[in-house]
Amino acid sequence: MIQIEGLVKSFGHTFALHEINLDVAEGQFLAIVGPNGAGKTTLLRILATLLRPTSGHVNIDGLDLVSHSGEIRRRIGFVSHQSLTYGRLTVEENLRFYGRLYDVAELEERVDSLLRVVGLDARRQDPARTLSRGMQQRLSIARAIVHQPSLLLLDEPYTGLDQQAAEMLRTLLQTVNAESRTVVMTTHNLQRALELCDTVAILSSGRVVHETESEPLSADRLREIYWAYVGNGMTREHAETWHS
Amino acid sequence: MAFLNKTLAIVWKDVVAELRTREMLSSMLVFSLLVTVIFSFSFDLRVENIAQVAPGVLWVTFAFASTLELNRALALEMENDCLDGLILAPMDRSVIYFGKMLGNLIFISAIEALMLPIFSVVFDLNLLQPSLLLVVFLGTIGFAAVGTLLSAMAVNTRAREVMLPVLLFPIILPVVISAAKVTGGILDGVPLSELARWVQFLVAFDVIFLVVSYMTFDFVVQG
Amino acid sequence: MTKKLRIDDLLNWLSGLSIMAALYLVFVYAPTEATMGDVQRIFYFHVSSAWVGFFAFFVTLIGGIAYLRGRNRDWDTLALSSVEIGITFTSMAVITGSIWAKATWNAWWPWQQEPRLVLVSILLLLYLAYLMLRSFLEGEERKARFAAVYGIVAFVSVPFTFMSIRWWQGLHPVVFEREGMHLAPTMLATFLFCLVAFTILYFTLLLHRVRLGRLEDQLIGLKERLRQGAGG
Repeated sequence: MIQIEGLVKSFGHTFALHEINLDVAEGQFLAIVGPNGAGKTTLLRILATLLRPTSGHVNIDGLDLVSHSGEIRRRIGFVSHQSLTYGRLTVEENLRFYGRLYDVAELEERVDSLLRVVGLDARRQDPARTLSRGMQQRLSIARAIVHQPSLLLLDEPYTGLDQQAAEMLRTLLQTVNAESRTVVMTTHNLQRALELCDTVAILSSGRVVHETESEPLSADRLREIYWAYVGNGMTREHAETWHS
Repeated sequence: MAFLNKTLAIVWKDVVAELRTREMLSSMLVFSLLVTVIFSFSFDLRVENIAQVAPGVLWVTFAFASTLELNRALALEMENDCLDGLILAPMDRSVIYFGKMLGNLIFISAIEALMLPIFSVVFDLNLLQPSLLLVVFLGTIGFAAVGTLLSAMAVNTRAREVMLPVLLFPIILPVVISAAKVTGGILDGVPLSELARWVQFLVAFDVIFLVVSYMTFDFVVQG
Repeated sequence: MTKKLRIDDLLNWLSGLSIMAALYLVFVYAPTEATMGDVQRIFYFHVSSAWVGFFAFFVTLIGGIAYLRGRNRDWDTLALSSVEIGITFTSMAVITGSIWAKATWNAWWPWQQEPRLVLVSILLLLYLAYLMLRSFLEGEERKARFAAVYGIVAFVSVPFTFMSIRWWQGLHPVVFEREGMHLAPTMLATFLFCLVAFTILYFTLLLHRVRLGRLEDQLIGLKERLRQGAGG
């Protein structure tokens, strides 16, 4: 589904990503974990065609990311930090608008079914800005899958969600993944990554320092590795209290 | 066909959102009225016949109101990173340009349509002549054509509200000069055939800057 | 490396000598103009400065287009360097023009009589906006990209501004007349020499400014590597 080879991204003289190599199979649920500033968002934005790679190759569905960005955009859905929705438009107007941009056929039926999937049917007439953070996140996912993409990219989807909203998001993501979609999610929360994903890649200072697919590990061992790279000398216990 | 459909989707989205709150239109209208009032007072003591400065006041007001609108229209796309949402859609970037440009054209024209009768009353002139409306329309296309491109740059800067007029005014100066000149000519009863050169000039500006902005917009929105 | 140095030296000497020769021509060789007197001598440097300013902004346009095509940062350095030099020379043109206008029309700022002076000052504003845009942006790559676009839009607007100011004086277009004086052959020779001398000076400054820009860029790169090395 995705092949990343020697991907480098630099901003001026600052390297955000060094020589990333990563393969994601069809239907896989990959979590990219790492601390803030590791390059997770940069990597995801490159996959979403929002940033150009400085060098290296990325193929999605066998198509080159740079030369076939238009074709690739049809196949991906992107959930960003921000909701990418218009606060003054209602929930259904937002979905209808993006549906038109993606040439979705039978748009009304699609919007209806999406609203049921994400559980926003009752709020469909409300302006998007009146929604709670958790509901906005669900709308944002509905927006991203309005054109039924085969690949869903999520950038820190759990940020700012309370326990209940996070639970709902988890169920929703499992449903989405079960529809044989490939999902790539970034998070700084290893726990979340472990409960949802079948593969975990650890990103630190712009490098993939560990990938579980090549080397399956127990959750505890993975935590040790994560903190060894990310903790910067802190012990795991220290770091986990620090981060919680 | 898909191109047109998506362009209109963007225009429709902006119009619906604006009609829901009318924040932009009402603030533009109040702003334009204030500019007019300030101008009338500042000229009153020195200028004997205030109608003589009306073309200048008219176009300065329109230029100021346009920057207000252009800033606001692109700032709305930056809220929740909506511009990313547009860029992610499988379509040519020029769809975004033409969609936003048409939206800007509609909103600026709406304010001008409200302001022209008010100007006519304040300055005791007949501004609602077909030839004058044509000039206003041509000038507004010029503002919107360049303004849409430059506002997409300005929203990415620090102090974006200041940046847009600094970038925009030196470029639209020819529009203001020629439009004010034709407006004055029409009000003075100069035959249209003598003003044709200026009208052609405005058309040429509009066409060339639509093309240049269309060709360069892609570089402004890509990452 | 040695070859580059030689071009450097050549330009340094050439511009130094030609500017001195130009000074001699302007103040000694050229005859005093009959009606305007000595103040007319400002004309040679005034028009040459305006020409270099205009040419510099044209180079910025080319640099911008080349940058957008190939994303080579050197083109952006060239465009930026040229703007800075262009602004210096247009400022000189505006100041000298204003002094000349004071002597000729007894007004520092002849809106009506001298549209070209107005045009040059608008050029100055356009490219000050160019520099301001850069300083208000984050990220070298974005600075270069936006500046290139603005450099194109700004340059395209110049003929429109020129025509509109020209026509603004009257509803009918005014035929482009000479400087309002007849140039004697010696005056013409002096004028043409000044144009060449200023153009050489422009290229000399450009060479040095571009080199400085590239060094600056390398310095930022080294600092960044040092910082990353220390951090990891």
